[in-house]
Amino acid sequence: MTTRPIREKLKRFGFGPVSRRRTEWLVSLPTVVWLSLFVVVPTLLVFVVAFRPANPYGGIGRGWTLETLRGLAAPGLLTIAWRTLWMSLLTTVISLLLALPAGYTIARAPARWRNRLLLLVIIPFWTSFLVRVFAWKALLHPEGPVKRALAALGLVGPQATLLYHPAAVVLVMVYTFLPFTILPIYAAAEKFDFRLIEAARDLGASPFRAFRKVFLPGIRAGVVTAVLVVFVPSLGSYIIPDLVGGPSGEMIGNKIAQRVFTDRNLPLASALSAVLVLAVLAPLAAILALQRKGKKSGIVIGEAP
Amino acid sequence: MKRSRFPIVVTVLVLAFLYLPILILVVNSFNPARFSGRWEGFSLVWYARLFQSPEIWQAVRNTLIIAVSVTAVSIVLGTMAAYALHRWAASRLQHVHYTMIYQPLVVPEILMGISLLMAFVAVGLPLGLFTIFLAHVTFCVSYVAMTVLGRLQDFDFSVIEAARDLGASPWQSTRRILLPMLMPGIVSGALLAFTLSVDDFVITFFVAGPGSTTLPLRIYSMIKYGAPPLINALSTLLLAVTLTAVLLSQRLANKKGQES
Repeated sequence: MTTRPIREKLKRFGFGPVSRRRTEWLVSLPTVVWLSLFVVVPTLLVFVVAFRPANPYGGIGRGWTLETLRGLAAPGLLTIAWRTLWMSLLTTVISLLLALPAGYTIARAPARWRNRLLLLVIIPFWTSFLVRVFAWKALLHPEGPVKRALAALGLVGPQATLLYHPAAVVLVMVYTFLPFTILPIYAAAEKFDFRLIEAARDLGASPFRAFRKVFLPGIRAGVVTAVLVVFVPSLGSYIIPDLVGGPSGEMIGNKIAQRVFTDRNLPLASALSAVLVLAVLAPLAAILALQRKGKKSGIVIGEAP
Repeated sequence: MKRSRFPIVVTVLVLAFLYLPILILVVNSFNPARFSGRWEGFSLVWYARLFQSPEIWQAVRNTLIIAVSVTAVSIVLGTMAAYALHRWAASRLQHVHYTMIYQPLVVPEILMGISLLMAFVAVGLPLGLFTIFLAHVTFCVSYVAMTVLGRLQDFDFSVIEAARDLGASPWQSTRRILLPMLMPGIVSGALLAFTLSVDDFVITFFVAGPGSTTLPLRIYSMIKYGAPPLINALSTLLLAVTLTAVLLSQRLANKKGQES
């Protein structure tokens, strides 16, 4: 990279160590302060509030208590935690199975087509999340087209409900997270040398074997990023189970929101959130480690390619 | 050797999967039927109904006030942050800075919503437009910083050096050279921040107060408590707006590709 010569040049222009430090602090300070106030401190606060009692006015009481943490062991919550985990894992696996061939195809498409295909993947990324969830709610509605089609084919009975079921939640989660999965796979596949696959085929490998033994290891970093960008937000899903899940499709996010909005128990909401923070922390640490290693390979999420 | 058709077939199915629900929604927004089961001819009745709703207009106003102010603040903070991250890439401060900027991009929204709510409750800040503004800037800054950082990656600092050689002050070289060259990155960051702010539901839901209903909050209560055809019309309008934003930013991105 070019950072070293730049630094040499800067030094020559009077950006010596002392004034350099000062300029660096001046330029960085606004975001460092802002993010400390609104990201770091609030996150720590969640852990603190979990040890505080609730007060009857829906606020945070005085003193300290372990009562809330004991409340976490309730059997209902364990069921929800387990369901959150398996639904997120299932969403991740399905998204990946769809994103791998899609990312591969886009990376191998002729340049003219590639940009169009990419645009098609990016557009849903920009369209309103609520609108996309609502579109499915309308489709799966008892009067909606999917139900009518399935009933006409005799696949479901006239009384079957497609909504308010864990399967509906997984379907809509796959739908909303799929673009995020395709992008990192594509980013990694774009740098992959496809002649390796041809070589494997020449040596007698079947297409699937070449895909599994040559392509997949070659884009490993992209696959890991893709897994994390689906799995982490899935764990924290709230709108999707809320709108298409019903009681049997509730996830931990719903429980957090219910504690905040229904019975206004902020300490219990905090305790649940603390559990969620810890659950996403492990995969996040992995992302950051990967990012540091792969910064140069351009696999950065949240940035339109 | 023949390439397998399987990946292409899956890709076509994936794209159909991504677009069919949206397409059906758009088509239904022109359907006068109360339940979208059958087509009863083309009509703009739901759009007319939409424009007559004072609640929608109030929500649009709130949304725009927030989105415009959030975008303005985020592009300033985000651009400065990206500059610092790039210029002093090896320093320890920037390591911490990067981790902080990265956090809002990956932490589930509900966690950001609840932690900000705790913070606002703890300091006794009344919930409303201002708290929504604070929350939105917090995640928009990260997106702007990442977008501008991408643009900085292929910025040639020797141009600045040349300007300084020719007698430009640090301020002059920043304003006349650095900023214009970063402009496509800043503009696409601004579009992204604006869209994210207009679209955000989860975080807003947690930090909103009475009278600060934004468009997504309004849509959510419409989804929860009936009025599907109206939502179809509203969603179609929103899609049109975001589609314009994507195409604009895409055009900027292409320009960037041609220059470098």
